[in-house]
Amino acid sequence: MSVATTPKPPEVRGSAEVPHLPPPSMHRRKRNLLPYLLVLPALIAELSIHIIPMLLGVYTSFIKLNQVSIRNWVRAPIVGFDNYVRGLDPTGAIGSQFFETLGRTVIYTFLVVAISWILGTAAAYYLSTEFRSRAFFRTFFLIPYAIPAFVGVIAWAFIFNQQDGLLNTLLVDQLHVLPDRPFWLVGPGSFFVIVVVSVWGLWPFAFLLQLAALQSVPAEVHEAASIDGAGRLKTFFRVTLPMIKASNVVLVLLMFLASFNQFNVPFVLFGSSSPKDAQLISPLIYQFSFSTWNFGLGAAVSTLLLLFLVGVTLIYVHLVLPKEKPARA
Amino acid sequence: MRDTLSFKLSRSVVLGLLFIFAALPIYVIITSSVKPLRDVSGLWTWLPEHFTIEPYITMWRTVPLASYFLNSVIISVSSTVLALIIAVLAAYALTRLRWKGQRAFSLLVLSTQMFPGILFLLPLYLLFVQIQRVLGVQLNGNYPGLIITYLTFSLPFAIWMLMGFFAAMPEELEEAAMIDGTTRFGGFVRVILPIARPGIVAVGVFAFMNSWGEVLFASVLTDSDTRTLAVGMQAFATNVAVRWNEAMAASIVISLPVLVAFLLVQRHIVQGLAAGAVK
Repeated sequence: MSVATTPKPPEVRGSAEVPHLPPPSMHRRKRNLLPYLLVLPALIAELSIHIIPMLLGVYTSFIKLNQVSIRNWVRAPIVGFDNYVRGLDPTGAIGSQFFETLGRTVIYTFLVVAISWILGTAAAYYLSTEFRSRAFFRTFFLIPYAIPAFVGVIAWAFIFNQQDGLLNTLLVDQLHVLPDRPFWLVGPGSFFVIVVVSVWGLWPFAFLLQLAALQSVPAEVHEAASIDGAGRLKTFFRVTLPMIKASNVVLVLLMFLASFNQFNVPFVLFGSSSPKDAQLISPLIYQFSFSTWNFGLGAAVSTLLLLFLVGVTLIYVHLVLPKEKPARA
Repeated sequence: MRDTLSFKLSRSVVLGLLFIFAALPIYVIITSSVKPLRDVSGLWTWLPEHFTIEPYITMWRTVPLASYFLNSVIISVSSTVLALIIAVLAAYALTRLRWKGQRAFSLLVLSTQMFPGILFLLPLYLLFVQIQRVLGVQLNGNYPGLIITYLTFSLPFAIWMLMGFFAAMPEELEEAAMIDGTTRFGGFVRVILPIARPGIVAVGVFAFMNSWGEVLFASVLTDSDTRTLAVGMQAFATNVAVRWNEAMAASIVISLPVLVAFLLVQRHIVQGLAAGAVK
């Protein structure tokens, strides 16, 4: 398998790479229509489920939308930037909640992505060496990723149960590390809980992608490096990791987006209102929209979230991708 | 490279700790599912003191689990099959044909991966309400609405992985079929698709897992008749007293189909990811 030295992300893989065999001219007309027919179903699906609702979401952020006006939302009054002003006013109750939640979500995302990357990379690193129980670990580590996310979260909720859960029984009754049973699912402990539970569900994804990437690195590379006298760890960090940089760029981006938009973990753990210390941005928007029936505000905050994500993604892609422009498609 | 003792030791320690972390909730699910309600409501015990399979029987009565199961199967299977067909066509056009707007299209599809689900949950709901008012087509609370939603969620990743599989196959295969008189697309269907089948199945498992475990949209776009497992499972927890043993037994029954399917195709998923990500 060939490994490009200047890797490109998959979306820029242009048609420039398939230069040979110009199409016979008699097929030209038919050929020209065919690609559009082939992508038409995908385009319709994307437009109706992703693009149009997204534009509609931006529109609803400019109207006054509550449980009364939602019945006939087409006629709801336009209020300009009112929803944004309320969402962004750091002195108001809603604005301060928004900024606090945004900050917490950034810290949460950093922790979850960093820990998941480290665990997944370590597992992939060790499991790309030869030993007896390798196949077992390889399969077992994928289980948290393969089962539905809500199943794992329910099990963790049971583990963190205050009165008689596994963790408190272990820490208080069996290991005597703590004097009394702390509440994990309310108060400051709840932030720790969502990080642990999210990492549990995410690190196998990092493991899977790193394993896939490591398979594409030819064994000769390691041999060559070891002949040069480089140690195992040094080889990994200096030679192997740079070779799988392209897939790591994608991996970190996907993990970042999944964590920043995290909804399942808090929703299954806490229901529709998270404790203050574990409030993340997606559940906050859900709460604005469906608990306080303030849909316009929810839409405004979602729009800000999208702008933030687009901005971060563009900066990230610009920073990590190789500087030279990819060939025009 | 020879494995030194310290390397073997560090490997055992790291993999051992990861194993404990990964296994803990799984162990809790399995052991709690065979405990009677009295035991599972009391102090945590590492081993079941009174072994019983009763939770696996009573769970079907506590909540309408069978109907949730059927709803999830119908929605997940339909959205997966449709997503596969649509993604195969699009991935073919993106890897094998040259056309204007190709780059714009792939950017559009891949960038939707970035959208926070919460952003278009409410608009989608509003859109469905409006479609019902104007066209008389119901999409809220029934199967088709959730099916088209889920199939679209699976598209970006499915197209991306399939592009990797198709790009890895030599074009000469189709060209050979063209010489035999079929069109290029016919050659693709008859030659490439069968070879790519393991990869396509792997992508299908991925799409199925997406739909099977989705909570957010299911919580808004389903009603009591079309509720899926992902939402219905909450009923175990919101009952007056949580029936943890039944929730765990249900978790096992819900997880086994996707777990088995995933483990069967995981090799192809790794290949597909390698092809898609490294290129």
